[in-house]
Amino acid sequence: MAIYKFGVRVMPRPEVLDTQGRAVEETLKREGRKVQAVRVGRFVELEVQAGDEAQATQEAQTIAESLLCNSLIETFAIEKRG
Amino acid sequence: MARVGVLRFPGTNCDRDVFEAIGHAGAEAIWLWHADLFDAKAFDALVLPGGFSYGDYLRSGALAARAVAMKSVREAADRGTPILGICNGFQILCESGLLPGALTRNAGLRFRDQWVELEKVGSQSPFGARLSSGARLRVPIAHADGRYMVNDETLKALQDGQQIWLRYTENPNGSRHAIAGVTNRKGNVAGLMPHPERAFHAWMGGEDGRKILDLWD
Repeated sequence: MAIYKFGVRVMPRPEVLDTQGRAVEETLKREGRKVQAVRVGRFVELEVQAGDEAQATQEAQTIAESLLCNSLIETFAIEKRG
Repeated sequence: MARVGVLRFPGTNCDRDVFEAIGHAGAEAIWLWHADLFDAKAFDALVLPGGFSYGDYLRSGALAARAVAMKSVREAADRGTPILGICNGFQILCESGLLPGALTRNAGLRFRDQWVELEKVGSQSPFGARLSSGARLRVPIAHADGRYMVNDETLKALQDGQQIWLRYTENPNGSRHAIAGVTNRKGNVAGLMPHPERAFHAWMGGEDGRKILDLWD
């Protein structure tokens, strides 16, 4: 068994009003920053124990689908790290 | 006397109010602990009270929805046991998939703590079953994550299946179609953001909450 590291990026779906992003965007605009749009998501680092990389990737996928992301309101992307 | 299980998770904080309300509604309230399975057959109803389970980490209700006791809740739901989720309890039922939709941050970005007026829409839920559709209720809300979200397809299914249970007459949080409460397809599982247990006596400012928890008088 080895340890495999992943990053899971969870973002609000485009059609869902991203209230955090809106709050940050409004603050930046108030400061005079030339920002067009802001969206706020979440980044989760996972260390998965598995026999090989394919198994680990599968496990990370399952973890992201079953808990880290609520597919009704969010999407996710997984990246392999280190 | 009807036996009603009241679930407690780390961070549940409306449990005592709900416990008392069930007693006043003529049933026996029994504590249930998140880390333990329970006998789904032994309860006439279950209530998941409000609060901030697991500090609302990840998403409101997301971690509590994976608690051990939820396996028994699911079993009770399959048996047709009436199950009510209030506020955070509603969020937990949505996160567990027992109810459709998701509760997201209020559109106005603020925690809303106020009395609201509700209108009963659907007629499936055993909770508030004696209310005719169109009936109005006055109860308080207290939440930051109460904006009910569903996609178009699910919204249509909710409308067709009479699963939209309660609506706000004035939308306080940006919920789709001003939805305040929904049921599952069978109708036995229901959830709402407002707090009926906080409107149980005249001295609380109103008694309309009794009309939701009226199964046992």
